[in-house]
Amino acid sequence: MKTSKFLAWLAIAIGVIYFFIPLLGTFEFSLRMRRGEYSLDAYGSVFSDVQFQQTFGFSILMALFTIVFGMLLVVPTAYWVRLRLPQMRPVLEFITLMPLVIPAIVIVFGYLRLYNSSSYIPFTGSIFGTNVLLVMSYITLSLPYMYRSVDTAMRTIDVRTLTEAAEILGAKWPTILFRCIFPNVMSGVLSGAFITFAIVIGEFTMASLLDRPAFGPYLQLVGANKAYEPSALAIIAFAITWLSMGLLQLVSRFSKLAPSKA
Amino acid sequence: MSSASSSFIDRRTIIDWLGIVPFMIFAMMFLIIPTLYLVTGAFFTADGQFTFKNIADLFTPTILSAYWISIRISLASSLGGALIGFFLAWAVVLGGLPSWIRSGLLTFSGVASNFAGVPLAFAFIATLGRTGLVTLFLRDWFGFNLYSTGFNLLSFFGLTITYMFFQIPLMVLILTPALDGLKREWREASESLGASTWQYWRMVGLPILWPSLLGTTLLLFANAFGAIATAYALTGASLNIVPILLYAQIRGDVLHNPNLGYALALGMIVITGLSNILYIWLRMRAERWQK
Repeated sequence: MKTSKFLAWLAIAIGVIYFFIPLLGTFEFSLRMRRGEYSLDAYGSVFSDVQFQQTFGFSILMALFTIVFGMLLVVPTAYWVRLRLPQMRPVLEFITLMPLVIPAIVIVFGYLRLYNSSSYIPFTGSIFGTNVLLVMSYITLSLPYMYRSVDTAMRTIDVRTLTEAAEILGAKWPTILFRCIFPNVMSGVLSGAFITFAIVIGEFTMASLLDRPAFGPYLQLVGANKAYEPSALAIIAFAITWLSMGLLQLVSRFSKLAPSKA
Repeated sequence: MSSASSSFIDRRTIIDWLGIVPFMIFAMMFLIIPTLYLVTGAFFTADGQFTFKNIADLFTPTILSAYWISIRISLASSLGGALIGFFLAWAVVLGGLPSWIRSGLLTFSGVASNFAGVPLAFAFIATLGRTGLVTLFLRDWFGFNLYSTGFNLLSFFGLTITYMFFQIPLMVLILTPALDGLKREWREASESLGASTWQYWRMVGLPILWPSLLGTTLLLFANAFGAIATAYALTGASLNIVPILLYAQIRGDVLHNPNLGYALALGMIVITGLSNILYIWLRMRAERWQK
């Protein structure tokens, strides 16, 4: 028993060394901008960069659109399949897993061939169209996470009874969907939203190949041209990821508490 | 239910199916048709003639070596990630550590498994790059020059060690529930029959866990194989791996044959697809023990 405890601590020690040294290294590097002393100059330089503000704002906007439209697509579909088409669930599970199987670069390659400016649906022919395509590509990327979190949340509520109760009280479909189903699966919607945010905010492949001024390509550009700013950006990106995941945990903890109260 | 109202049932069935039409149109437009377009394009020439030449052209030295490096990096990082991830998951589940370590590790794994892409490359450049923290530390304190040993972050080894930063946490997240599923009774039964720890793991623990272990390793493999952002930010276009080659092909047709690009994409789908199918099959086997 004693050796196993020693080995367990050893494993944790290795893990801590492997995971914390890069973070420490990055942080230390980000402070080195001023010669001979530590300073926050690199962060100042990052935050005052107009391009940082623009690309970061653009990516946040894209993430919000992805979350809103993705959820408007996923929640009604997951609801409908549970209520009326249970035989389609395996098909839906399969489709929503596909973005994990097909690399993002392959998907975007297909878009560029299929929706170029000389095709029937020329998404990439205009800036607006390309932005729409980018949001669609992000919805595709986050489909596995959104669908699974919403479907898990739906498992805990009785969709059929809720729907029948609402119908008896005279509710129409939009009311049932937005005032009855959505609030009840809010925990799933929120956890899907946070993970989507974490994925979309620094996404590189799609944005770069669709040529949109997003945060991911900006990070790459800074990395190729500057010395200390990339580390500061890496720390910022890590903080954002940590924040999204922290909020996700908070939400799932609350949703676990909720049924026990009822 | 009665046959008299068959027209009513038909209308209801139609409405039922109409409900998933938006989703299906979305999936067709943004997932299935784009992929099929590339897959079929791989079998045609630029003038629309059916051919296997694009597939055959994949077996040229440049492309083959790109696949080979990609496979090696994915394999090394998935095996390394699986090994360390298993060790960590084992430590928090069965190692008798305080419970805050377990929740801490799981939270951190959730973050680190999503911390990939360009920032991850920056983190490793700041750590193991030529002026990185570890490189300088080794030089100043031990007089040891890491880069004189032939080590280079922009290489097979460097990329592998970087990829493990998101591979290990993914393994921990997937394997922890599987290890939780190992019942205490099995351990006690084998101990009362006189089995040593080694015998327990060899004859009970690992045979139950191997589908989860192997399956997750395959998932990690596919995960690394499709990743591009980290590698691109780390090495620019200098390392010849498949996603970077495909990226260059999309940007500027470096292979001078668009349909060869489709074949390159098809090759990626085949490799990640196969490892995922195997993963799903193995997971179904693994779930038999988790009821």
